[in-house]
Amino acid sequence: MAAGLDPSWRLPVAFATPGTSSFTEFLNMAAPDLLPGNRAVPRSAENVAPHGTTIVAISYREGVILAGDRRATMGNLIASRDIEKVHAADAYSLIGIAGTAGVGIELMRLFQVELEHYEKIEGAMLSLDGKANRLATMIRGNLGAALQGLAVIPLFAGFDLDAPTGRAPGRIFSFDIAGGLYEETAGYEAIGSGSLFAKSALKKRYAAGATQADAIRMAVEALYDAADDDTATGGPDLIRGIYPVVMTATAEGTHRLTDDETAAVARAVVEARNAQPGG
Amino acid sequence: MAMQFYASPEQITRDRSEYARKGIARGRSAIVLSYDDGVLFVAENLSKALHKVSEIYDRIGFAAVGRYNEFENLRSAGVRMADMRGYSYDRRDVTGRGLANAYAQTLGAIFSDQSKPFEVEICVAEVGATADRDELYRLTYDGSVQDEPGRMAMGGQAEAIGGVLKERHEAGMSLEAALHLAVEALTSVGGENGAPRTLAADQLEVAVLDRRRVGRTFRRITGAALTALLTPPAEGTPAAAPDGPPADSPAAG
Repeated sequence: MAAGLDPSWRLPVAFATPGTSSFTEFLNMAAPDLLPGNRAVPRSAENVAPHGTTIVAISYREGVILAGDRRATMGNLIASRDIEKVHAADAYSLIGIAGTAGVGIELMRLFQVELEHYEKIEGAMLSLDGKANRLATMIRGNLGAALQGLAVIPLFAGFDLDAPTGRAPGRIFSFDIAGGLYEETAGYEAIGSGSLFAKSALKKRYAAGATQADAIRMAVEALYDAADDDTATGGPDLIRGIYPVVMTATAEGTHRLTDDETAAVARAVVEARNAQPGG
Repeated sequence: MAMQFYASPEQITRDRSEYARKGIARGRSAIVLSYDDGVLFVAENLSKALHKVSEIYDRIGFAAVGRYNEFENLRSAGVRMADMRGYSYDRRDVTGRGLANAYAQTLGAIFSDQSKPFEVEICVAEVGATADRDELYRLTYDGSVQDEPGRMAMGGQAEAIGGVLKERHEAGMSLEAALHLAVEALTSVGGENGAPRTLAADQLEVAVLDRRRVGRTFRRITGAALTALLTPPAEGTPAAAPDGPPADSPAAG
């Protein structure tokens, strides 16, 4: 049966059955084959599909930034130079993925629909913690595939509309492959193969309450440091004009910096590294 | 043995139609019409929580009159269908026509197979790139579909309200003019001795599909933004722009 279509063109019974406002749970009932967790995976699936690499998140005064490099690798080869691993999850939150690119992109799309679906059915948005918990459940569903080599780890960040005054409204959540959910209260976090270097860089540069411009610069610097020491992370590609994806979530919603804006920051970083390679 | 009484199909259909029509006519009305920057939904609704107008997908909206539990069931089924289509194909592959078809089949089946028809009338609206490409589908309790020319009224005294719309609606109206027309049309019926009623902002549910936006185009107009639009502007001052959610809507994954 084609997705969501009854041969008679009527809305299938499952659609009209009163029930959950979760899209995932609905799919589980109406079309389980569309869910990522319900597929048989070969015993070992390591290195069969491209991997996405480094994502960094930084909380700043007005919200939160999520930035990612553009490389996907397959073993020692570059599978893609311009993959986009950072996306808006909904109007106020961002998601970035590291790990098996195909699984990650599917998971991210499902998560986007999950949030939108809930919002439309219920007429209200999930809380930021609710969104993070929902994502953790979806990651947990991928545990079997993760153990066989198709692991994917997201980084989730968003503007908390219900943040108490005096607390930073931009919040960052990290995950482990078993579905563990951890809020990063330090104000920054990185995932993926270059995360060790990106986090080390942020540890030295990060200051709470940074302005947006400073936070963007910090993110691009951290990605540069990751690319400097990790072969799987791509640095700014000045020749082809490929720069990191930088997105923000603030009270005004999510926003993706234009290529010109990120190009300017990336060029400035490269320029500074000419004089001081270590940053 | 129980006695089987014969009832002709004509009789059954007539009885069911009459039953459904009576149910719908008891309710308050809703109006859907095209304006220059999108499609406007206006419903008379005292509740802030139980909506008659809602978002189905990026460019598709839903308005309904009649029994709440019945059209709410259709609405959530429509959201599920749209989300599932968009998830398994692409966001562009979710169309108002497809949804209207599914609703028509569903309502038709309920009308002929079940002992009680749904007492609802719904509108599926898809906003186009220009006003003449807007699609408005009227779906009635028996599953019939009508493609409406840029404006429609549903619910109690829909004909009288539709008459006002037909007379005065133009495709290139501004949001403000379209809203005023819709409110005048709604208040033109039901007053004492044929006098027009008055409707305050808190008695109206107003939403638009804004054709200028990318991604999710649906937004509700409530509170101060609605009051500002409803008050006739002083000479020479443009009305306040309605509030909307942030400019970036979730990316089409």
